[in-house]
Amino acid sequence: MKFLGFLLLVAGWLLVLAAIVLLPAAGLRAVFVLAGIGVEGLGLTLAIRSHLIPREDKA
Amino acid sequence: MTPMPAPGLSEAATATCIILIFLVPMAAAGLTLISVGLGRTRSASHLMMSSLAAISIAGLVYFVCGFSWQGYIGRPAHILSLSGSSWNWLASEHFFFRGLELNGSPASLAALLQMFAVGVAALIPLGSGADRWRLRAICGSTVILAGWTYPLFAHWVWGGGWLAQLGVNYGLGRGFVDPGGASCIQVTGGLTALAVTWILGPRRGKYSPDGMAPAIPGHNSVLILFGCMLALIGWLGLNSAGSILFTGGETSRTVLIAMNTMLSAAAAAITAAIVTAIRFGKPDASLTANGWIAGLVASSATCAFVVPAESVVIGSIAGAVVTMAVEWFELRLEVDDPGGAVSVHAIGGIWGILALGIFARFHGTVVNVAADSLRRAPDGSAPGQLLAQLVGIATLLGFLLPLTYGLNWILNRFSAFRVPPEGEGQGMDLYELGAGAYPEFVTHTDEFLPR
Repeated sequence: MKFLGFLLLVAGWLLVLAAIVLLPAAGLRAVFVLAGIGVEGLGLTLAIRSHLIPREDKA
Repeated sequence: MTPMPAPGLSEAATATCIILIFLVPMAAAGLTLISVGLGRTRSASHLMMSSLAAISIAGLVYFVCGFSWQGYIGRPAHILSLSGSSWNWLASEHFFFRGLELNGSPASLAALLQMFAVGVAALIPLGSGADRWRLRAICGSTVILAGWTYPLFAHWVWGGGWLAQLGVNYGLGRGFVDPGGASCIQVTGGLTALAVTWILGPRRGKYSPDGMAPAIPGHNSVLILFGCMLALIGWLGLNSAGSILFTGGETSRTVLIAMNTMLSAAAAAITAAIVTAIRFGKPDASLTANGWIAGLVASSATCAFVVPAESVVIGSIAGAVVTMAVEWFELRLEVDDPGGAVSVHAIGGIWGILALGIFARFHGTVVNVAADSLRRAPDGSAPGQLLAQLVGIATLLGFLLPLTYGLNWILNRFSAFRVPPEGEGQGMDLYELGAGAYPEFVTHTDEFLPR
């Protein structure tokens, strides 16, 4: 899950880059940049969840 | 496309800039005192020693190779051509400052400022790893930050890199703008702190099986609050010198920058004090200090391009957000960050970057390759600026965080970050240095933890 989280973070960033390079229309570009940040949000959530401490390790 | 040449500075501007740069080490001193005060007595000496080691190593590594990756506007760089636009992605300076004339030129002033600034960035993760992060691992992690992650991102923002070029290449405002280093210094340091905290795990006994997270209070609020005052002096230098060197700000704007820096910090501290007073019945000194620093961090992005009233608003939001974030990270996300560095520097910095996109008005020349060739709205606004700032934030989260986590994770495989349990129980001072900071006090037990 940790690996997937970081993979999504990178994928979101690549989506942002692709949006600014490939999309000339300002509105569409903004939507895809926000979508990329959304993907990053998912990745961050996964990364955070994978770092939560298992109950048996809490002491 | 050839990068726009860097602006020249008058003699008076050069002298002003040098004086301002000499204030920056105060920020390092302030952050060190805050981290030490927020840590425990039995790790105080270790944290102080680690700070000195981190500043030293950061400066040396930056001298060896950091500047060669970062460079400066208008100097040699690796440029890719992508769909008709140039992408400046890495500087190509010589190692050891060779080829850099140390004569007061803007490039040499930038290199001097960066030697101090990279030390400030290297200090940020130390508070997060307090009480369990080994000294040699701190040194290794600092090499990664000063030698690669910091210079790379700083080149993209301050060296005329692709983020700075977003305005010229894609019409996104003036490109990504960050005069005082909210992204390059603060968020880079804050995200490194998050990576390090994840790798280290929480302090022994921080989280109990019943879901409780007992507070482990800082040991010296006097150090914390004095650190805040020193940090203000450092930030005045950082924001002002950065604005002159990286955004072409006139020296006369230093008055506005200093005013905005102070107002943002003040508003953030007062807001944090009020929020904690409402929530806990009394204002909390350490969270108020965190609010103060968060206000300074946010001001780093916005100081040169907003009016004072907007600075108060930006600082107030920073203060409120950070007090919530500290609790959220500690209790909900189980990120054991004794110094609050992730909340203060990463969240505060990201808010500052975003706030610039919302509030900024550009009346002067903004130098980051773009600037003069761009059309200006009569009110100084720059269409697309918010999007440029969002691209910068996306880069920090989607590129810098995985990079710094991956590099530190690999380093941890070779040199364990965390001390063994007996070292943690004994305290970092005795375990790693052989002597404590307060030899006359005997407080070497887990006095705040449930037994």
